[in-house]
Amino acid sequence: MGKHNFRYFFREGVSNMFSHGFMSFAAIGITVACLLIMGTFTLVAVNANQQLKDMEKDNEILAYVDESYTTEQARMLQKTIEAQTNVSSATFISREQATENFQEKYANESVFQDLDPEIFRDRYAIKTVDIQKTGDTVKAIENVAGIVKVNAYEEISDGLITVRNIATVVCVTLIVVLLVVSVFIISNTIKLTTFDRREEIAIMRMVGATNGFIRWPFVYEGFMLGFTGAVIAFLLQWTLYEAVTKGVESSDTLQLISVVNFGDLWIPVAVTFLVAGIVIGVGGSLSAIRRFLQV
Amino acid sequence: MIRLKDVEMEYDNGTQAIRGITLAIEDGEFIFLVGPSGAGKSTIIKLLTGEVEPSRGRIMINGFSVSNISDKQLPLMRRTVGIIFQDFRLIEKKTVYDNLAFVMRAVGAGEKELRKRIPYVLKLVGLEKKATHYPTELSGGEQQRVAIARALVNNPTTIIADEPTGNLDPERSLELMRLLVKINSLGTTVVVVTHEKDLVDRFEKRVVTIDGGRIVNDSVGGYVGGHIHGKA
Repeated sequence: MGKHNFRYFFREGVSNMFSHGFMSFAAIGITVACLLIMGTFTLVAVNANQQLKDMEKDNEILAYVDESYTTEQARMLQKTIEAQTNVSSATFISREQATENFQEKYANESVFQDLDPEIFRDRYAIKTVDIQKTGDTVKAIENVAGIVKVNAYEEISDGLITVRNIATVVCVTLIVVLLVVSVFIISNTIKLTTFDRREEIAIMRMVGATNGFIRWPFVYEGFMLGFTGAVIAFLLQWTLYEAVTKGVESSDTLQLISVVNFGDLWIPVAVTFLVAGIVIGVGGSLSAIRRFLQV
Repeated sequence: MIRLKDVEMEYDNGTQAIRGITLAIEDGEFIFLVGPSGAGKSTIIKLLTGEVEPSRGRIMINGFSVSNISDKQLPLMRRTVGIIFQDFRLIEKKTVYDNLAFVMRAVGAGEKELRKRIPYVLKLVGLEKKATHYPTELSGGEQQRVAIARALVNNPTTIIADEPTGNLDPERSLELMRLLVKINSLGTTVVVVTHEKDLVDRFEKRVVTIDGGRIVNDSVGGYVGGHIHGKA
């Protein structure tokens, strides 16, 4: 493809786009909507996943040892606990250490400073490999002889896992459905253009234009529609994400959730939007032009 | 050079449009293809331009075997043939210049070539001052001359004109036919499909008459043996 042809195809593609203003607007609009919905669910899934990872990092199961056990007996449980499935580490905390930790935590509360270590139990701070298996791990540790109580924040991790799983399923479903819908709509937009230009295409064929030459302007048109849709969708997604982030940070109830900074996400989001937009646009145009190239 | 050897054409609906036609047209020849409606003239044009494939027989045009031409060869064959339609088929939203430019671009010509070739062809058909006009601003005769210019612009070896005078008054028809004869005198093979007896009779050219899918007469001179029932 020569330089002059590139310019010609590009000019023709852009001119096609503007000569069918309303349909182009509809095609860009649907691409923006599709990418935005797709992007929003993906970002929800990404954030839920990040929360889970943070929780996995910080999450500790506390297993309390029977009060009748001596410190020596309590220490001997370590190997048994570490042998349980999904346990990555178990740190022994004696009742004296537990008292110190508690007093440090509440250093300003004088009433806690004279506590007798005897009111605390020896305990193990246990970290897991996979937070999703916390429930099973808790049950297994509860069954270890000498362990009387196990504390884990299962509800929070279960909630996050549910959010992530739902977001992933919705996201994948939406990606497939919206991709098909977008390709269909862009394909129809370009079909309208090709129908309007069928005489021109017929003449081109009669004078010996190759299918490639006829196809290129429509491919450029699809590319421009997809590209424009992707850029608009990206800017809207960015704005929306920042607004939601500010909303979460300023909320009393939601500020415990740490939202991933958009600065860490913009490159994959931009690349995904551009690739998806261009695939939708070019795919739609190729599917539209195919039947006009049969004669 | 055009060769048709025992060509038969039967459409999918069972219509037998061409029944064993054998015809040879030499380079630089001017021929009229005449006949009544339904005689098979349009089918011959479709066969020559590769729009349809013959059911039987062989067709050669300008060195290409059209009967079994590949998708890759078809555009190359079509570049050797310029076609003129009865209804002009100009693109209304393009200027005269752009109507010619887009067919040159379609075969890969550069802008420099366009700037050189288009004014030359427009001058040949007497429309050098109409380059920036839109087809709707031109008369029927002028539009048909633009169509001729478009057929000529890629320098084809053969021009096929399908009822080129069908939408023109007698004076413009004669003018157009003289233009085609002039183009022929420059070395281009010209095949004119027409039903206009008076026009054919005015030129001492080879006339091939088709009726019922067969050649019923092939002679130099006027319109012989045809039964004209109206437009083809």
